[in-house]
Amino acid sequence: MWKWFHKLASPPHIYRLAAIFIPWLAIPGLMLIAYGAYAGLFVAPEDYQQGDAFRIIYVHVPSAYLSMMAYMFMAFGGAIGLIWRMKLAHAVGAAAAPIGAAFTFLALVTGSIWGRPMWGTWWEWGDPRLTSELILLFLYFGYMALRSSIDDTAKADKACAVLALVGVVNVVIVHYSVVWWSSLHQGQTLFKEGGPAMDKSMLYPLLAMILGFTLLFGALLARRIRTEVLYRERRTRWVREMILSPEGGK
Amino acid sequence: MDALEMGNYGIYVWSCFAITLAVIVISDVQARLRHKQVYRAIEVRIKALEERQ
Repeated sequence: MWKWFHKLASPPHIYRLAAIFIPWLAIPGLMLIAYGAYAGLFVAPEDYQQGDAFRIIYVHVPSAYLSMMAYMFMAFGGAIGLIWRMKLAHAVGAAAAPIGAAFTFLALVTGSIWGRPMWGTWWEWGDPRLTSELILLFLYFGYMALRSSIDDTAKADKACAVLALVGVVNVVIVHYSVVWWSSLHQGQTLFKEGGPAMDKSMLYPLLAMILGFTLLFGALLARRIRTEVLYRERRTRWVREMILSPEGGK
Repeated sequence: MDALEMGNYGIYVWSCFAITLAVIVISDVQARLRHKQVYRAIEVRIKALEERQ
């Protein structure tokens, strides 16, 4: 058990392991997304209130969920890095930030497009869900700006870990905003008391999309972790040996 | 045609799916390019050092 844990903290091991994981995450992820998109667009019946506009849920919900999950990766990475001084945990946080920002951007844009026909407006500043999600995007931008503004990687790791941990408060607000305050945004659909408030014909494609997006997120994260590890370890012996070896390590 | 129109919501639905696809593709391409860039920079530095020795 401990041997496995120590191996997990070894940069060369993670660099190689991530390369193995990428296709195993990306291919099933893309297959699930293909099924979810097809079933969501063409098979699921239209919603009795929202008509076909409800189909935006199949890209909006997975993006919104990943916008929060990626942030939790950053925060957990930061916490593990600060507490156990595991450099690799900081690398995971740094790798998750641009992916999280991309999914947060997607959640905001698709939500705004969905809002136009349903609420009659692209944006509502007074809405807690919309505003807290926008703050989440700014937190991602702040995290990435902070990291690139500090040359010393160790100092950047510490500063970014603190920022990520402080920002967790906003993730909690994003998640519970529709429960705590009255909002234009609809309430929770999947994690409602008594089970999801959707028919199975609509629910299964959504679950496939959520799982597919999660696997794709894993593949993107693995790819970025490799780059982050390679950059941080650029002066080490194993990187030198790997690059000079005939098979390389791309 | 009905699938495209989506009961007059087609522009909203299809634009969301198109933007999502574009962002995912860009994220993947950007990650690949960054990896290539970092790998190449390290490779050049290491090979230059090797030649000097």
